[in-house]
Amino acid sequence: AVFSDYNYTLWNFIPKNLFEQFRRIANFYFLLIFLVQLIIDTPTSPVTSGLPLFFVITVTAIKQGYEDWLRHKADCSINECPVDMVQQGTVVRTQSSKLRVGDVVMVREDETFPCDLLLLSSSHDDGTCYVTTTSLDGESSHKTYYAVPDTMDFKTEQKVDSLHATIESVAIYTGMDTKMALNYQSKSQKRSAVEKSMNAFLIVYLCILISKAVINTVLKYAWQWSVDRDEPWYNHRTEIDRERHVIRAFTDFLAFMVLFNYIIPVSMYVTVEMQKFLGSYFIAWDKDMYDEELGVGAQVNTSDLNEELGQVEYVFTDKTGTLTENNMEFIECCVDGHVYIPHCVPVCTSVDQCGPVWTSVCLCSCVSQEHEDLFFRALCLCHTVQVKEEETVDSIKRGIHLGKPTSFYISSSPDEVALVEENVQCIMSGTKGVVSSCVCSRFELLHVLNFDSVRRRMSVIVKSSSGEYLLFCKGADTSIFPRVVSGKVEQVRARVEQNAVEGLRTLCVAYRSLSPVEYEETCHQLDDAKLALQDREQRLAQAYDLIERDFTLLGATAVEDRLQEKAADTIESLQKAGMKVWVLTGDKMETAAATCYASKLFRRSTQILELTKKRTEEQSLHDVLFDLSRTVLRQRTLSGSGSGNYREIFLEISRNCSAVLCCRMAPLQKAQIVKLIKASKEHPITLAIGDGANDVSMILEAHVGIGIMGKEGRQAARNSDYAIPKFKHLKKMLLVHGHLYYVRIAELVQYFFYKNVCFIFPQFLYQFFCGFSQQPLYDTAYLTLYNISFTSLPILLYSLIEKHISIETLKRDPTLYRDVAKNSLLRWPVFLYWTCLGLFNACIFFFGAYFLFDNTTFTSNGQMFGNWTFGTLVFTVLVFTVTLKLALDTHHWTWINHFVIWGSLLFYVIFSLLWGGIIWPFLNYQRMYYVFMQMLSSGPAWLGIILLITISLLPDVVKKVLCRTLWPTATERAQVGRTLFRLFIVACGLLSHFSSMAMRGCWILA
Amino acid sequence: MGKVKANAGPLARRPDNSAFKQQRLPAWSPMLTAQTVLPFFYGMATVCVLLGVWLLVTVQNTHELKVDYTHAGSCDKCFEKRKDRANANQSCNCTVVFNIENTFKGDVFFYYGLINFHQNLRQYMDSRDDGQMIGRNKNLKNPSSYCEPFMKDKNGLPIAPCGAVANSMFNDSFTLVYHSAASRQVVPLFRKGITWYTDKNVKFRNPQVENKTLTLAQVFEGTGQPLYWQKPVYDLDPWDRNNNGFINEDLIVWMREAAFPNFKKLYGVLNRAIEPFTEGLPAGNYSVDISYNFPVEYFQGRKEVVLSTVSWFGGQNNFLPIAYLVTGCLILLLAVILTAVWWKFAL
Repeated sequence: AVFSDYNYTLWNFIPKNLFEQFRRIANFYFLLIFLVQLIIDTPTSPVTSGLPLFFVITVTAIKQGYEDWLRHKADCSINECPVDMVQQGTVVRTQSSKLRVGDVVMVREDETFPCDLLLLSSSHDDGTCYVTTTSLDGESSHKTYYAVPDTMDFKTEQKVDSLHATIESVAIYTGMDTKMALNYQSKSQKRSAVEKSMNAFLIVYLCILISKAVINTVLKYAWQWSVDRDEPWYNHRTEIDRERHVIRAFTDFLAFMVLFNYIIPVSMYVTVEMQKFLGSYFIAWDKDMYDEELGVGAQVNTSDLNEELGQVEYVFTDKTGTLTENNMEFIECCVDGHVYIPHCVPVCTSVDQCGPVWTSVCLCSCVSQEHEDLFFRALCLCHTVQVKEEETVDSIKRGIHLGKPTSFYISSSPDEVALVEENVQCIMSGTKGVVSSCVCSRFELLHVLNFDSVRRRMSVIVKSSSGEYLLFCKGADTSIFPRVVSGKVEQVRARVEQNAVEGLRTLCVAYRSLSPVEYEETCHQLDDAKLALQDREQRLAQAYDLIERDFTLLGATAVEDRLQEKAADTIESLQKAGMKVWVLTGDKMETAAATCYASKLFRRSTQILELTKKRTEEQSLHDVLFDLSRTVLRQRTLSGSGSGNYREIFLEISRNCSAVLCCRMAPLQKAQIVKLIKASKEHPITLAIGDGANDVSMILEAHVGIGIMGKEGRQAARNSDYAIPKFKHLKKMLLVHGHLYYVRIAELVQYFFYKNVCFIFPQFLYQFFCGFSQQPLYDTAYLTLYNISFTSLPILLYSLIEKHISIETLKRDPTLYRDVAKNSLLRWPVFLYWTCLGLFNACIFFFGAYFLFDNTTFTSNGQMFGNWTFGTLVFTVLVFTVTLKLALDTHHWTWINHFVIWGSLLFYVIFSLLWGGIIWPFLNYQRMYYVFMQMLSSGPAWLGIILLITISLLPDVVKKVLCRTLWPTATERAQVGRTLFRLFIVACGLLSHFSSMAMRGCWILA
Repeated sequence: MGKVKANAGPLARRPDNSAFKQQRLPAWSPMLTAQTVLPFFYGMATVCVLLGVWLLVTVQNTHELKVDYTHAGSCDKCFEKRKDRANANQSCNCTVVFNIENTFKGDVFFYYGLINFHQNLRQYMDSRDDGQMIGRNKNLKNPSSYCEPFMKDKNGLPIAPCGAVANSMFNDSFTLVYHSAASRQVVPLFRKGITWYTDKNVKFRNPQVENKTLTLAQVFEGTGQPLYWQKPVYDLDPWDRNNNGFINEDLIVWMREAAFPNFKKLYGVLNRAIEPFTEGLPAGNYSVDISYNFPVEYFQGRKEVVLSTVSWFGGQNNFLPIAYLVTGCLILLLAVILTAVWWKFAL
């Protein structure tokens, strides 16, 4: 009965986490290296790789443990949610996790059900209750549930009737067996596309590493072929070494592996983890994504996916509560072509209600016009709205009459609620106004012809107090207009169409008066159909069809499910950014389509392709594909998500559409759609956004899941990777944060590989000069600290606060998002460029220093330098070059950047002075003693260092300038745009003496 | 499901509006455009070319002379002799004659050079004990195991200085002779001041003993001499008692391992106090008398004597000036290309 979605418990944390971590190819590799260093004699000590590995594992474990602890806490809040249980005739309060199957549970009004329940009885006499299933399927409308008849009277026997509006029910399924839990998908760790490319690069580097080691091993044995080289008199082996010649080749290979293992950056994983973890705080801190109303800001549940936000190609959004406020509002009505907007409607109505069968209405008419009268009468009568009483108020007194509505309406259609509410509003304005005479009329409700989605209309037959029989019908314009015989059809139609353009949900109202004879006839038809044993539905439909005709059109209403603030703007931006927006909703098609129009997902001009159940024969799908491959939009009533064959075609069609709307989707179907797109051949990055529990499976399925912290509970927010208060925040999330994080991490990954190529390749080259003896070029301290401290902070800081372009520009120009689409900064050509740059730099460092040393004196006092000076010289050039390379890539120099970049260079110098400055006690080697200082005291060393750094950085600068001038990207243009004015002045100044040239230049720039 | 949250006021969780948290820190946003880069390029090109020219002129004023004596002149017989390990204890002297055409002005440095001697093999480089040479008593009698197989001698005594590096110390000695028209004059060389000051005074120390009256031989009692040495470490310099033990300058010079298999090491500096060497080495005929001990035949090595003068800029190294000149020209070329591109496309 316990609900759980965490990964670890206290007991299995260490083994399970270690196992998870060593499943990562990089961590496993470092573990191997570490073990090799422990076992065999290698050029570097085990500390050099053991320490960073320990650091990586610890940091990651802490991070994952912390995130899991948060999940634990959230689960606890659910599992410890109090529940009233009936035990031996008394109510006992326990925790929801203690519920067992068979327990009798008491649920009060507005409480959440703790598990799947069977309704035994309710406080209503008729044993009904109204339930919303938003957290299950996203439908926020109220549904009526009936208690099991046998147990309907239990409430008196158990003496709990003193509690109003309670539901007693017996638990059927609890904990992980509940419908909700079963609708979930198992939570698996999501990996971002960047991580996948990173792993691919890693494999390449692993291959490079192994081939380097193999090449060196082979060359070593080739070189050692002659005995004098194998074991010259000055370098005798020990006896033990001589005996081990069989495994020597293998240990040599391993030793080379250890020597070059730094090419796969240990600290990259720590830095990436830290970048993600710390970087996600900027999302949580963003005040633009803070919602005053809810009092919450954006929330980051998994920081692993920050950069994935910059890669989204498909956005799957829920409709109700995500795109819309889930809050209907009456906008206007149109009677006979006259448009009325609220507060001006000169009609007063009062709604009264006595249960579902009878609807009595007191209608006050201030206007004589017959049609208006009838119109509002129709609205009042033709609905299935129930009045729900507020428990605290004495039920006799109606709040309406006090001018304060203490009763409210619930219905299975939110539109109807809006309409009826609006009518009530009219009374209030009316009573203040010119109410003169109030004519109360009483209607008897005879028949309700219920709504269904095929007819798309509903009707009621009423008998007025004067004995007239009237049929009121209300429905979608397409289903009403063909049946209208009189009335001002043209005017109303024009109005309806205009409303639809504005994205309002419209309903047409019509009536027909029936003579007693006709009424008898219809009664007969209806009863016949209702009692039919076979094809009842079909016969009912036929009967309805016969009855609902020859209408007189009264008018139309327009209701708005208000879109969330800036939803349309957000969708427009997302589409401009190259994302495809799909709406997946459980709602019916018309409603959903209206929202899509309102949110500018569909435009009037877009061609709409509907795929409904009736047309999903395979052949027709093929036709559709053939004829309409240029279609911009399609809708689909998806049933059962199709078999394998359909799937392909569906995918093919929908990928060619600019926007897709899928209606009537069950939660798992939403996930299936997402899965379908994910599995298509381009493997696009998908994002799912929703607010209800019905969106959870899709949120979990998509690459990135975003939850809206809305009205429908926090299930979605809890299971999402990121939670935001409103849909509009998605824009900043993707276009700004996603873009920036992607650029940052892409640079981080490439730079890490680059700096390690620069680091290790000279060491590889050095092997050719030291007889392939695995002699390290750099001192142990440098080997260990290079990645941990000399070059780690600048790139970490860069990856946290770099802003290659301002936030405002990113928001203003969504097309910039396309610049980073499809993992563009981590593609193979870019990777190759970085690697080549690294190799080039490494060659410059090594051979530059080599020729500089070239067997000559380096100082003015004739003394010579040794190999450690050589290594330190290379290392100094290396540290400065890679740091300055990052400085060249930095576009956003805050004081922190200055501090960290110059500070880290300074730290290197100070460390080197210190490391070589004293004789270290307890250490058995003092090879670095005064090496750095001696090097700095030599003029050529300075000149050489400056020259080598310059040459190393030169190609990258030239490439950058050339690319910017010849093939500027949109981002680069936007960067220039920022300083256009300054450039303008510079250009004019430069060219002022060539007046004609200057004119041309200024004109173009302007 | 449950909605449990601690609501401490609606604005309690409102994010701070600080510049850092909102990523709005004031910043300088440079761009690598042609306009910003070109002035730098032209400036750098000029500086590089000027520097290159200046360095080239400086380098032209330095002199260097290399004399390979592996089997030159009378050294041929010594070379043959050293082929046989059995002759290791027999001394062999030879002479090489050479001619200096232009006067070496200024300080002249006398180097010995080795070709194809790998001082940078890992096992070789690790085979030393800095702790011992720094004068730690613990390490004197108990050297690091890295010194294997040169840690203990045949009698089981710990070797001082232990390890392969010290063991293979270069042991040829040279006497440079100037043959002027009138006479034959030994060129005076300082055999001290050839090490880094810090090495001589800090990094290499003889073992510290409380009893200051002990001779160096007594201090080193209980240790063996390196296997290939003919003299113990406390007896390396028979002329200067203070140049013995671990602080012997030739030893210190040797212990600074060279980065590459071809290297030279400082042997002595010309003493310019004596005529006719006050201006440096005058042009004329010279010879070097060599005590030929160091065998190089086994590894196809060669030995040489190098005489060199230095400028502020070090010895004769043409790499740096040429590199500066080439870089300067390259940058100039790139700058011109960039200017053309910029002119054509950006305007």
